[in-house]
Amino acid sequence: MEQHAIQISQLNFHYKDQTKLFSDLDLAIGEGERFGLFGPNGAGKTTLMHLMTGLLSFKEGSIQLFGNSINLKNKTVNKLFGLVPQDFSFYPELTPVENLEFFGAWCGLTSNQIQKRSAELFTILHLTQVKNKPVKNFSGGMKRKVNLAIGVIHEPRLLFLDEPTVGVDVQTRHEIVDYLKQLNSKGTTLVYTSHQLNEAEELCNKIALIDDGKIIALDTLDNLLATHQQPDLESLFIQLTGKAYKNS
Amino acid sequence: MKLLATIKKDMLVLVRDRWGLILMFAMPVVLVITVTNIQSSTFDVVGKNRIGLLVCNKDTGSLSGEFIHALDTAGMFNLSLIDRNANNKQFSNAMHAKDIVIGVVIDPSFSQQVSAKAKNISGKALTSFGLEGDTVNQFPQSKDYFSLYYNPLIPQSLKLSVRGALNSAVQMIQSKEVLKDLYFSINEKPLPDSLQQQMLSNDIGMAEIPLSSNNEKVILNATQHNVPAWTIFAMFFVVISLAASIVREKTSGSFIRLKTLPTSYSIALLSKQITYLIVTFLQAAVIFTIGIYLFPLIDLPALHLPHDIAGLVLVTLVCGWCAVSYALCIGIFAHTQEQANAFGSVSIVILSILGGLMIPSFIMPGSFKSLMAISPLHWCLQAYYGLFLEGGRLKDISINIFSLLLITLALQAIAVFALKRKKLI
Repeated sequence: MEQHAIQISQLNFHYKDQTKLFSDLDLAIGEGERFGLFGPNGAGKTTLMHLMTGLLSFKEGSIQLFGNSINLKNKTVNKLFGLVPQDFSFYPELTPVENLEFFGAWCGLTSNQIQKRSAELFTILHLTQVKNKPVKNFSGGMKRKVNLAIGVIHEPRLLFLDEPTVGVDVQTRHEIVDYLKQLNSKGTTLVYTSHQLNEAEELCNKIALIDDGKIIALDTLDNLLATHQQPDLESLFIQLTGKAYKNS
Repeated sequence: MKLLATIKKDMLVLVRDRWGLILMFAMPVVLVITVTNIQSSTFDVVGKNRIGLLVCNKDTGSLSGEFIHALDTAGMFNLSLIDRNANNKQFSNAMHAKDIVIGVVIDPSFSQQVSAKAKNISGKALTSFGLEGDTVNQFPQSKDYFSLYYNPLIPQSLKLSVRGALNSAVQMIQSKEVLKDLYFSINEKPLPDSLQQQMLSNDIGMAEIPLSSNNEKVILNATQHNVPAWTIFAMFFVVISLAASIVREKTSGSFIRLKTLPTSYSIALLSKQITYLIVTFLQAAVIFTIGIYLFPLIDLPALHLPHDIAGLVLVTLVCGWCAVSYALCIGIFAHTQEQANAFGSVSIVILSILGGLMIPSFIMPGSFKSLMAISPLHWCLQAYYGLFLEGGRLKDISINIFSLLLITLALQAIAVFALKRKKLI
């Protein structure tokens, strides 16, 4: 039987005093996939990512990561995944070295493991020159790379990426996407969300379109484009979600 | 490993926040120096810092001169005299110009009234002894001896002290006149100066003994009072930095990541408590050091540490832990830094007033005295005063430490309850 990185079954969720966002949602993301989750603003992408990472709790249904239920109280499953949030999630007063030391320790790594892994990441992401300077003085692109480095310090089997390249220049974007592909080639499952659809075409090998809490399309990019007879992901996105601006 | 890494992170964030450090260390030092300077003047009011008193003597008799001399030698006033022809407006203007808050205008009938009253009393006394006294002067006592002008901003206690001193001076002159009359009536010769001095001597035997727990010699001055009090205030003022730090972390992107990592958020809060407990201890060490070494250089009394140094360390740690626990609660409940800063600072000022840091607790009305028990700053102050002012030892202040620990544990319980409710631990 195929091992799923994520298995969502019969998930029901709504925010307090709001109508139901997800109703009996089912979704399976296979291990090793580069999975893209797309949809208009307010479609439920970030909420779904927060549910999958345990940031939001739910009462009905189940979410399993590699066969383990996501559970806020039992955090052992949290070792299995990493999160790269859209907001910068580090301490700007600290240097990259200090940030990785702290977050590495919180991931359960030893001092030696942190040092070794940090050195690798600084080399791969070209942060060695600035590793001892406070992050608050960095450019947007450099901050994105620090944000990513912290998310992968513990070499997670599954990596959630929420708009990991927003606000960066083309060179940095390519650098980040190349690194993510490299990670995936070593077995890390990627769950990625972004509004940059050309980047998604380059990175993702499986795509889900979500609108109003429902998955309206789910397949490989090639199959989706062929089924809906669209030349690219952006055209497919507009065909399935409409041209009207959404921000509910 | 996780806790050590978190403490290191918190320390680094703290030392790189220059304004936060200034708020926590420099501000209390400035505060303690300023307040001790001001309070030192109050302590020395009978010594070098006398109360300014403007006097306008409209009386031409000799007794008003004696009255002024008595005031001058009382040791309480620094007298300034103004021309006898000055009117009310000129007198008020002179008070403003000389920055004097209390003034006395001696009535033109002062000597006549004092003399008449003295003759009246001595006459009555002689009659009651069965002797024939002088004819009792029926001078009507309708006028005031003097008028007291004062700035409405002065405390009532100061006004009462001045009134007491003025009454005492008048009584002394009046008594002297009575005595002279009686002596002359009986002996038909004037009262000798030496006898007058002996009979009217104001010196009374009074031993002043400050309370001491263990018959230890205690030192009472503005430094011994203010340094412990404002050290407590400084320790509790970490609420601004610590609560803001918790709120900042809660509202920052890093908090989202922290919640997804395989570590409980209680580690982060434990680290903050340890870090800021070290900060409060350092604050106390810095302020005490300044009290010991810097104060004498700026003409303030040096701080004398209590004999029970272990007790001092323990009290400082317990006070610090209580302050940190209070800040922790505010940080957990506040949604924004503005909320934490505003509530934190205002509540500390209120608790310090209730605790007797700003107004001595013995002058508080009864209802407020019962409220003092809820202020942790009150128990901190009592514990410090027990060591610094009463020469006490740890056992003498155990009730204060116990009360502080109770409040601290209650604050910790509230914090844990709130964290569980918010699903943060």
